[in-house]
Amino acid sequence: MPISRRRFVKLGAHAAFGGLLVYTLRGIVLPQSTPRAADAEGNSAYDQYRPGDHDWAFVIDTMKCIGCGRCARACKQENNVPWEPQCNRTWVERYSFTGDGEVTVDSPAGGINGFADEPLPEEVRGKKITKSFFVPKLCNQCDNSPCVQVCPVGATYKTADGIVLINRDKCIGCRYCIQACPYGGRYLLPDEGVADKCTWCYHRITRGRLPACVEACPVGARKFGDLRDPESAVSKILAERNVSVLKPQMGTKPQAFYLELDGEVV
Amino acid sequence: MDGYVFPNEVEIQWSLLIVLYPFITGLVAGAFVVSSLYHVFNIKSLKPVASFSLLMALSFMLVAPLPLLAHLGRPERGILIFLTPNFTSAMSGFGYIWMFYLILLLTETWLVFRPDIIHYARTTGGFKGLVYRTLTLGMAEMSEEDHQFREKAIKVLAAVGIPAAALLHGYVGFLFGAIKANPWWSTPLMPVIFLLSAIVSGIALLIVMYVVVMKLLGRPVDHDCISSLGKWLLAFLVIDLVIEGLEILSMAYESEDSWEVVSELIVQRIPVSYFGIQLLLGSLIPMVILGALAAQARREGASPVIFAAALLVLVGVFAMRWNVVIGGQMISKSMRGFTSYTPPLGGREGVLAASVLLMLPFYIFSVIVSFVPPWERPAVDEGERSPEPGEAVPAWEGADSGARGGAWDWERR
Repeated sequence: MPISRRRFVKLGAHAAFGGLLVYTLRGIVLPQSTPRAADAEGNSAYDQYRPGDHDWAFVIDTMKCIGCGRCARACKQENNVPWEPQCNRTWVERYSFTGDGEVTVDSPAGGINGFADEPLPEEVRGKKITKSFFVPKLCNQCDNSPCVQVCPVGATYKTADGIVLINRDKCIGCRYCIQACPYGGRYLLPDEGVADKCTWCYHRITRGRLPACVEACPVGARKFGDLRDPESAVSKILAERNVSVLKPQMGTKPQAFYLELDGEVV
Repeated sequence: MDGYVFPNEVEIQWSLLIVLYPFITGLVAGAFVVSSLYHVFNIKSLKPVASFSLLMALSFMLVAPLPLLAHLGRPERGILIFLTPNFTSAMSGFGYIWMFYLILLLTETWLVFRPDIIHYARTTGGFKGLVYRTLTLGMAEMSEEDHQFREKAIKVLAAVGIPAAALLHGYVGFLFGAIKANPWWSTPLMPVIFLLSAIVSGIALLIVMYVVVMKLLGRPVDHDCISSLGKWLLAFLVIDLVIEGLEILSMAYESEDSWEVVSELIVQRIPVSYFGIQLLLGSLIPMVILGALAAQARREGASPVIFAAALLVLVGVFAMRWNVVIGGQMISKSMRGFTSYTPPLGGREGVLAASVLLMLPFYIFSVIVSFVPPWERPAVDEGERSPEPGEAVPAWEGADSGARGGAWDWERR
């Protein structure tokens, strides 16, 4: 049946109306984006911050970490990370080698209370421990991040300065990103029903401050800086020392680098 | 919890509902394939279930997104998958693939049942008559041309539906197979495995539903049809088992570092549901049963045995979905430990909620067939346009069907 002009125009009008409806629906579901709020502290650093001018990197020195857990505590407080159910933006693992080829790893409560009073894991009790160290973990802000790739609605994204962030107003809570992260870095916020993870304290670093965990570390096991600045501590370490990343075979290109990383650490 | 599990992995993220999701979409894909075997490839023995399976596919299709939606942390934002999809995510395709397939299913179902709808619209009054008249979409007459077009269109849609069914369920397999972080999921074979087990489960449920519904109605079961379905089930089951076996075999033989944790998973964590239910009870035993039957010529007594084998297959495929979805999440990404999971009884993601969701398609099916019973089609069977020579006349008595106007109810015996 040939379509008359009148019918064609009518069809077009209907299609336009439908499109408008969908667009409006989208506006209802998604909260209106507000213009960047002026910095509450009147910090001019935030107003002048240009994401494109930075390339943030993290360096963790496993030989320096003493397992005090201050970083994990500072993080919980700084970022309002829930205490129950267990979830951590950053945590500390204890590795114990007993010389018989066995490796035992534990991280009670994510190492928040430190390991000083923490009894040894059952598996190594009574055995001679030949080697032991602590490994702080946090989001690797991967350059090729699986979490960004799998988010079905684009709620998680990578910023120009290399940080992976989550738009809490957009996340639908499908948890695909939690499944896709090879490092166990993500969790679901129990009350909000949305995914959450470490942001390297984006609200602080964009104001010229250090991430809370870096500031809290008493021994300098956590280093944070800008790879665009050749004089920064992280730039120098990457230029001069042997570093490795976690699970390099995943091809995720982590931006958190580890000094003196044992091959048993994953 | 056992060994070392990352602090964020204490709780399993994808629960029983996500086990249900691939199970349900699998049934859709399988039922549709059977319908297409008749409509496209003209497998005549499947005629008694050709339109039956279409309605079954539609019933399950309508429920397919519900477990996903119920599982979301923010269900009210689920629509964003349509509105702001991120196309690098396999999951973003869900809404579109589901919608495309639903439209295809609805169109084909409507075309297949169009003569019935028109017939009932003429002979039924009251509310039901109104429903039928609405369903005619204002086209209450069928000309000779319409009939020819209908037959062609059904064939085309049924043909398009096969790759669409493969897409719908292969895609679900891809959702899991593309997660490199999980050694139990990450394999390019996953879409193929999901697709084959989907077809297997769809045929199995069709056998079960067809027999149960015929018994409930006191109608004779078409044993040729059951026998044919049994053979198709056997064929797909064999291919399915070979591919699944191939996957495990190559994992074990290559024994990369992840094999250590995968083998511990299947041998120590899920041995009952994997070896016991998925492989032995749900695959090998039905395969032997169906194989033995296929080798025999006798048909009359075979149907109850095929029915039993189909039931076993259904349990096996459900176990397979469980072993993939839950089993995969039990492995800690630290590769040093395992999480455990027992579904709660109540709550949004509990056993009760899952049971309701699993029963819902059957309810929808019963409502749909109360309008267009696929086993009693006066408009099609009596005025069959071109009855194929030598075709078996349906064994049931359809004498009063016209007068009853399709007002079929469960009490009728």
